[in-house]
Amino acid sequence: MVTSEHSVASKDVPSPGAGPLTPLTHRVVRRVQETSDVATLFLEPLVGDRLVFRPGQFNMLSAFGVGEVAISVSSAPGEGGPLRHTVRDVGAVSHALVRCEVGDVIGVRGPFGTDWQVTSDVEGGTSDTRDVVVVAGGIGLAPLRGALYEFVAAARGGGRVFILVGGRNPDQIIFHDDLAAWERDGATVMLSVDQSTPQWRGRVGLVTTMLGDAGFDPRNSRALLCGPEIMMRFTARALVDMGVDPAAILVSLERNMQCGIGWCGHCQLGPLIICRDGPVVPYGGVVERLLAERER
Amino acid sequence: MTFAESFVVDVDGLDALVQVLIQRGYETKGPTVHDGAVVPGPITGVREFPRGVRDEQAPGRYRLGKGDERLFAWAVGPGSWKADFFPANQVEWRAHTSEGALSFAEVGTASTPLAIIGARPCELAAIEVFDRVLGEGAHPDPRYVTRRDTCFMVVVECAVPAGTCFCSSMGTGPDVKSGFDIALSELSDADGHRFLARAGSSHGADVLAAIPHALASELDLRARLESLEHAEASMGRHLETEGLAELLARNIEHPRWSDVAERCLSCANCTMVCPTCFCSDVLDISELSGALERRRVWSSCFDLDHSYLHGGAVRSSTSSRYRQWMTHKLSTWWDQFDTSGCVGCGRCVTWCPVSIDITEEVEAIVRTDGAARVTVPTSRSDS
Amino acid sequence: MTTSVRELLAAHEFLRGLGDEVLETVVGCAHNVAFEPGELLCVEGASADTFYLLRRGRVSLEVHAPGRGPVVIETVEPGSVVGWSWLVPPYRWTIDARAIDRVGAVAIDGACLREKAERDPAFGYALLTRVSTHLLARLQATRVRALDLYGAGHGH
Repeated sequence: MVTSEHSVASKDVPSPGAGPLTPLTHRVVRRVQETSDVATLFLEPLVGDRLVFRPGQFNMLSAFGVGEVAISVSSAPGEGGPLRHTVRDVGAVSHALVRCEVGDVIGVRGPFGTDWQVTSDVEGGTSDTRDVVVVAGGIGLAPLRGALYEFVAAARGGGRVFILVGGRNPDQIIFHDDLAAWERDGATVMLSVDQSTPQWRGRVGLVTTMLGDAGFDPRNSRALLCGPEIMMRFTARALVDMGVDPAAILVSLERNMQCGIGWCGHCQLGPLIICRDGPVVPYGGVVERLLAERER
Repeated sequence: MTFAESFVVDVDGLDALVQVLIQRGYETKGPTVHDGAVVPGPITGVREFPRGVRDEQAPGRYRLGKGDERLFAWAVGPGSWKADFFPANQVEWRAHTSEGALSFAEVGTASTPLAIIGARPCELAAIEVFDRVLGEGAHPDPRYVTRRDTCFMVVVECAVPAGTCFCSSMGTGPDVKSGFDIALSELSDADGHRFLARAGSSHGADVLAAIPHALASELDLRARLESLEHAEASMGRHLETEGLAELLARNIEHPRWSDVAERCLSCANCTMVCPTCFCSDVLDISELSGALERRRVWSSCFDLDHSYLHGGAVRSSTSSRYRQWMTHKLSTWWDQFDTSGCVGCGRCVTWCPVSIDITEEVEAIVRTDGAARVTVPTSRSDS
Repeated sequence: MTTSVRELLAAHEFLRGLGDEVLETVVGCAHNVAFEPGELLCVEGASADTFYLLRRGRVSLEVHAPGRGPVVIETVEPGSVVGWSWLVPPYRWTIDARAIDRVGAVAIDGACLREKAERDPAFGYALLTRVSTHLLARLQATRVRALDLYGAGHGH
């Protein structure tokens, strides 16, 4: 990992006008170990302004000398402060990122892709008063964090937000402080784990088993799902069975992303180029079919 | 000189065309014979064109033979022009770490503008497909755009299609209607060996005006049409495109995918010779000296790693990968880029070592439309 | 008390939409119960003659493992059902069910219900269909959990 004590020579610093595959150097200014293999990096650009993004979008993060990987932004646009990325150690690049220390310099390209449509208005132009149902599995809560802050803030006007989080075990649940804050601000927060621990007093079971108890109005809800694809597939089906409009369900898809900008072709899923058409896509229609199709 | 007018240029005139382009600062490239195949190469005059060369193409077969006086009496070879706009291995940026600090060095994008003399209509069509992939959208590739915008394009219409050609099915040949600076048709009959030339841009008209030319006669124009008619009639293969995208979309579980997977070697030849295949790996390379480099290198959806997602490949089987390749070309490319991803050049048929023929694979599915059957391999080791 | 139990049953998810006749049939086999935190509703290996429609409080399904103590397999929430072993021979609990909170439930006599189901196949079919729906959902959730979804990694 590169530790840059001196500022990068300004002459050679890639500007936004540099090639689309050239990252902007960012310094890790804070690091939080979320779980045994997940860390959140707080990033400040070495030069220039902080990136402007919408919740659900992702950046390509470079661990210089190792490679680049797509990671969703986990900060909220409204909270200011450094750019946050919550990374799970699942491969060479993410391993290098998770091991970053404060002061290290990494590369950031983005933001890319679609977002959670937090501010989308329902037909007729009035503001959206539907219940917001968020189902997150494991580290899937990270790409939803920014959207949740906006939804919870917007719900002060009377809307309802339901946050259902599933994890392998209690130690794997991330963002405890955020969950507490959202609950304090009126959201319904429900947690469920697959594997209990002696200390755990909460639910044990599949995340979908919480849907029926949450208390949202299926006929007047929008849902945001992020987690392992199988979990999203089953959750989306369960929601549709309950009466939620498939078009009102958003899922965040993941494929091999190497460029983030539609060039490399790796992240195709049928007609979709996930980095361009996703990662956040409506479940209804094409995606429902694609998730049911078998690639093997 | 107007765009609608056609002119006659002789072989010396074609040589003059090359010279004018060289004088105007272009790097001139065209079809050349190299290693027993017609491939893109540097051109300094007509002598480098594949004069007197014929080709014989069939599934899994390519041979050059002796032809007549013509320079362009062959169909496309294994090399396509995509390599000139989208190099097979290009450096995106270089950086250096020194005493812990990181400095970037920009990789120059400026290059000598390229003049291509002798692209076939299907090849121009392929470049136009590429334009939609790398040249348009929210993130155009600036180096691609620069190379493309500065390129001078001389297209030579096809008179002698190969046995694996099906451009007429795809609407990309044997004639060319637009997208060129100069279009040529090679004529060789009782009236002699000559080229019918049309300008497709003011730039092209300007260059055409600078070389010896004469106004074309009615007979010249008729000779071109007859040549094209003959070419169309001798097209070696046919692909029914009506409803094709939908046909493949509804036959995702067709047993033919397993059938073709029995033959397919996953060798990626088809994707390497395909003039529209655009997949690339983005690779970071570091050296002990502290130098870092990011490269973009051609890759293929037939590679196991292409669909790698932490934990494994999404498309681990050959049937899945072949299906991805073909449905992408003929079906989902429409969804992604509003065009077919296949231009009918036939390269994938010719250069497949086991003679898999995309037109035959489509035909097999057409014949048994709806024979959907979900079969799941019991092991994931058939990669 | 019967009126109260009927109301509780009528309000419970398990019998929703099955109609008054079914409700009346079940009422005759049901009574109201409560458990303190820690108390076992079912004991693995014991005779299974009752099942519980949970009204309030969480129940955990556990297997006792030597050296590990109770391992929680799953928790069951109000609105759901605890206990299926009453349905088929040998009518023996296969798991412990423990009250995590103060639990309020309607206890239903399994033998009573089986007898009525045998006498009235239409009732029996309706009951079994409902039971199967719950069982299938529980089975499916268990299958998905067996995949260890979050273990394989999700790289966002």
